[in-house]
Amino acid sequence: MNFFLTIILDGLIQASWLFIVALGLTLVFGVLKILNIAHGSFYALGAYIAATAVTMVAARGLPPSVGFVAMLLSVTLIASAVGLLLERGLLKMFYGRDEVVLLLVTYAVFLILEDVTKLIWGVNPIYATQPYELFGNLEFAGLYYVGYDLVLIPISAMVGFAIWFGLNRTVIGKIVLAVIHNEEMSVSMGVRVNRVYAIAFAFGVLLAALAGALTAPKISMQPGLSSDVIILSFAIVVIGGLGSVEGAAVGAILVGLARAASVHLMPQAELFMIYLIMAAVLMFRPEGLFKRETARRI
Amino acid sequence: MDRLWRTNRAVLFASVAATSLGLAVPASAQETFKLGIVTFLSGPAADSFGVPARNGAQFVIDQLNKGSVPSPYEKVGFGGMKIEPVIIDENGGATKQVQELRNLYQRDNVDVVLGYISSGDCLAVAPIAEELKKMLVLMDCGTPRIFEEAKYNYVFRTAAHATMDNVGLVRYMKAKNIKMESLSAINQDYAWGQDSRADFVAAAQQLYPNVKVQTDLLPKYGAGQYGTEISALVGAGSDVVYSSLWGGDLQAFILQSVPRGLSKRSQLVFSAADHVLPPLGDKMPDGTILGARGAYGLMSQKSPLNDWLFKGYEAANGVYPVQAAYRSTQSILGLKAAVEKAMSKNGGKKPSTDEMVAAMTGLEWPSPGGLIQMKLADGHQAIQPIAFSRTKYNPDLKRVDLVDIEYFAAECVNPPPGVKSIDWIKGGMQGAKCN
Amino acid sequence: MKMSQHPLVMIGLVAAVTLAGRALPTWTLSLATIAASNALIALGIVVLARTGNVSFGQGLFFAAGGYGVALIANAWGLTDAVAQVIVGAACGGLLGLVIGPLIARYSGIFFGMLTLALSMVFYGALVKSTALGGSDGFNVGRPSLFGMSFTDPREADFMLYAVSVIVTGFAGIAATILFRSEFGLASLAVRENNLRVEYLGLSANRIISINFLIAAIFAGASGAFALMAQRHIDPQFAYWTTSGEFVFVAVLAGNQSVAAVFVASMALELVRSFSNLYLPNTWQLVLGVFLLGVILFLPHGIGSLWIRDRRKRRISATAPLTAERGAAP
Repeated sequence: MNFFLTIILDGLIQASWLFIVALGLTLVFGVLKILNIAHGSFYALGAYIAATAVTMVAARGLPPSVGFVAMLLSVTLIASAVGLLLERGLLKMFYGRDEVVLLLVTYAVFLILEDVTKLIWGVNPIYATQPYELFGNLEFAGLYYVGYDLVLIPISAMVGFAIWFGLNRTVIGKIVLAVIHNEEMSVSMGVRVNRVYAIAFAFGVLLAALAGALTAPKISMQPGLSSDVIILSFAIVVIGGLGSVEGAAVGAILVGLARAASVHLMPQAELFMIYLIMAAVLMFRPEGLFKRETARRI
Repeated sequence: MDRLWRTNRAVLFASVAATSLGLAVPASAQETFKLGIVTFLSGPAADSFGVPARNGAQFVIDQLNKGSVPSPYEKVGFGGMKIEPVIIDENGGATKQVQELRNLYQRDNVDVVLGYISSGDCLAVAPIAEELKKMLVLMDCGTPRIFEEAKYNYVFRTAAHATMDNVGLVRYMKAKNIKMESLSAINQDYAWGQDSRADFVAAAQQLYPNVKVQTDLLPKYGAGQYGTEISALVGAGSDVVYSSLWGGDLQAFILQSVPRGLSKRSQLVFSAADHVLPPLGDKMPDGTILGARGAYGLMSQKSPLNDWLFKGYEAANGVYPVQAAYRSTQSILGLKAAVEKAMSKNGGKKPSTDEMVAAMTGLEWPSPGGLIQMKLADGHQAIQPIAFSRTKYNPDLKRVDLVDIEYFAAECVNPPPGVKSIDWIKGGMQGAKCN
Repeated sequence: MKMSQHPLVMIGLVAAVTLAGRALPTWTLSLATIAASNALIALGIVVLARTGNVSFGQGLFFAAGGYGVALIANAWGLTDAVAQVIVGAACGGLLGLVIGPLIARYSGIFFGMLTLALSMVFYGALVKSTALGGSDGFNVGRPSLFGMSFTDPREADFMLYAVSVIVTGFAGIAATILFRSEFGLASLAVRENNLRVEYLGLSANRIISINFLIAAIFAGASGAFALMAQRHIDPQFAYWTTSGEFVFVAVLAGNQSVAAVFVASMALELVRSFSNLYLPNTWQLVLGVFLLGVILFLPHGIGSLWIRDRRKRRISATAPLTAERGAAP
C-alpha cells in the first residue's frame, strides 16, 4: 500500500510543475494556433530570473520567504513584458503564414534565446536553493519528502483553477474562448483579436516562466535546460488534447504517474513510457483525451 | 537558378580566398603552430567540462607563448613556434563534429586538432582524422571502445579511459573497509552511464563477491529532477549508492537527495564528481566518496608543475582547476613534448604530421596530474595515476576539502596492453601492479 | 512547360554541378555532400507536404536507412556506395510501407506529432541497444564505387559528392515530373479538401500513403549518404531536432523550385559552419537570426530569388496547413 502511495505522491510532484508548463503551451496553441517550440526557453528564462532574484535577496540577508515572494514577483513582471514584446515585435509579422512557418519562427526564437540566456547568465551553474528549505521536511510512508515539493501540488492546482475560472467565468476569458472556437466569427463580432493574441501569448510565456521559477530552487540552472522541457510538455498537451485546460491537467498527471510507476517498477522502460502513451493516445483518440468537436469542411 | 548559383559560388570563393589570405599573413609558417581546439562552449556539458577545458587550454597556451611554464616546458610555444589556437564548440552532435573536423583540417589548415569530451564525438571523429592522415589528440572522452574496437595511427588519447575510474573506486572502498553487502546505482541512460555502471558492478563483484545489486536506475540524460528516483533509492536503503552522474544532473541529484536523507541511509560513491565541489560548497554531504578521473584538483600531488597550474589557473579564473582543466593541460603539454622531440630529430624544422605521430607514439611526459604514459593501443592510449577521497566541508575556507586521499598507480587500475577492459575486470584484473 | 523544367535541361544541370565539384576546394565537397543528402530528405518532406501533411519524424526513416546500411556493411562487407544508397532507400521504404497506411488517416498537427512520437520511440530503443553501441553509436568503413576504393582523401570526397549530387539530382527530376502528373495533382487536391477527393472516387488515404512511402525512401537514401559521409552512426539520427532541421530546409527552400531545396540546404550548412568558426559562443543566435531573416524577407523561400511567383499560393507545394488556419486576419 505504502508503495503505491509513494508512486502516486512522486507522480503528483512531477505532474505539478509539468502541468503549469503545459498549460501555457496549450493556451498559446488554442488562441494563436502556434505550437511554440520556444516555450521551454521561457521556462529556462523564468528559472534564471528566479535564481537571480533569490540570490539578490539572500545577499541582503533577508529571509528565504522574502526570496520566494521576490522570485515570483520578478518572474511575473519580466516574463509578461518579454511575452508582450515578442508577440508585438516579432510574431505579429508572421500571422497569416502557415502553421509550420510559425513553428519554425518559434524554433528560431528558441535558438536565439538559448544564446541570449548564456550571454546574460554565463555557463556556470546557478542555484537558488534557499526557498527549497522553506517548508521543512515531512515523513510520509517511511520516506522523507521535502515540504517545498509537496507545496507545489496545491500551488499548481490553484494556478490551474485560476486559469479555468478566468477563461470560463470572466468577460475577457469568454472573449478568449470565443477566439479559440471561431476566430472569424469573433472578428466579425468586433473582438480585437490582436489584443487577445498579445494577452494570450504573454500569459503563455508567464506560465512557462512561473513553472521555471517554481522548480528553480531544486535544480541547477545551466545551458540546455530548455530542450527537454519542450518535448515533455508537447507530449502532455498532445495526450490531453491541444488547447484544453482539463486535458493539460490529465495529461500532466498521466505523464507524472507513468514516470513514477516505471521508475519504481521497471526502470528500463522509463524512456519509452511517455512516448508510448502519446503514440497510443494519438492512435485511438487523435485529437487527445479531451477532444473538442469540430465541424468538418466540405 | 543560374544567378543564385553564381552568387553562391562567389560567396564560396570569397570565403576561401579570405581564409587563405588569413593564413598567408604570418611570413613563414614555421613561426606559428595552428592548433584546433574542440570543446563544449554550450549545452549541458559546457559548465562542468567544456569551459574549464577551454580555460585550461587558454591558460597553458598563454603561458607557453610567454615561455613561463616550469621545467621541462620552459621553451616558448611548441619548440619556439607560437601557438595559434582556433577554438570551436563541440555542441551539436556527431554529424556536425565530423564536418567541423574536416573544416578545421581542410579549410582552416590547422596542424593538429586537440579536444573532444563526448565519447560519441570521439568515436565519430577518429576515423575521419585517420582517413585525412591528420593528427588528432583526444583529450577527455571516456569510452574504452575507441582503441579497443579499431586501430589508429594518427589518433591519440592523452588521458586514461573510464575503466580506471570504476576499478580505482572499488579498490579505494576495499582499502577503506567500506561495507557493501547491497548496492544501488543511478546512472544516465546513455553510453557513459551504461558503461560506467557495467564496469563498477563488474569490479565490485570481483572485490565484494557477495554484493547484491538492488535498485538499478537509468534516468534520462539531462533529466534534472530526481524526486521519484530518490524515493526508490531511499526505499531500497542499500549500503552503497553508486553514481556516475556528472555536471548539472549530479548537482541536482545531490541538492534533491540530501534533504531526503539519502546520504544518511547509504554511503554515496561518485566516480567523477570533483567538478561539482566548487559550485555546491556546503550542500555536498560530508563523507561522500568521490573520484576526479585522475589525481586532479584538490587531490593532485604537490609538484612545481602542479603549483604552477593550480595557482595560475585560480588567479586567472577565480576558481581552482578541476578535472577538465587538467586534462586539456596534460594533452597540450604532451603535444608540446612530441613536437619538440620530433624537432630534435629533424634538425629544428617544423615537424610533419608523420614526424609528430612517430614522436607521440609511446611517449611519456610529466603533467600536473602525474606522469602520463602512452602505453596501451600500441602507444596511442595513455594511462595515468588516479586518486580517490572523501569530502569534508571546511567552513573557514568556505570550500569542500578532500580527506583520506589515496593514490593508485596507473598500472594498478588500468588494463595491461592487448586486453579489453571489461574482460580484464571480469577475469579478476590479472596483472595489476598495485603497491 | 518552361525551358528550365525540361528533363534534359535538368539532367544537364545535374551533370554540370557534378563536374563543378572538380573545381571546388576540398572542404566544400564534404559540406556539399551533407547538403545534398539533407536536400534529398527535405525533398521527401516537400513531396509529402503536397498532401497537406508535414512529418516531424523523418529522422525515423533517416536512422532506419543509416542503421540498415551500417549493419549490413559491417556484417557482409558491403561497401559499394551505390549499393548502400539502394539498401538505405529499401530500409526506409520498407518501414514507410508499414507505417504509411497506419497514419495516413491523421492530418495537420496530429500527423506531425504522431510521426515525431514514433521517431522518438525508435530513438529510445536505439539508445537502449548496447549491441548497437547505445548512444555512442558505431563506425563503418569507407565506401567504394564499382569495385574501386579511394585512398586519396580528395578523390574519396569527390566520389561521394558526385554520387550524392547525382542521386539527389535525379530524385529532384523525378519529383518535378511527379508534381505535374495526375497523381501529383491529386495529392494537391487531398490537401485542399480530402472529402471532395473521396467523392471523386479516389482514396485520399492511398494517395497519402504513397507520398509517405516516397518520402520514406528519400529519407532512407539520405540516411545512407549521411552514414557514408561521416562513417559513424548514432541515435541522434532519429532525434527530433534532426527531423526538425529537415523540415527547416524544406520551408527555407520554399515551394517554387526543386533546386532551391539544394541551395537552401547548402546555405544552411555554410552559415552554420562559418558562424561556429568565427562566433563559437553565439552561433545558435546567428543561425536563429538568419532563419528569421529568410522567413521574413523571402516569404516564398530561397527559390523566390530566381523564380518569380506566377502561380497562386493556393497550389503551392509547401503550404500544407493553410487550409487549417482558414482565413486568418
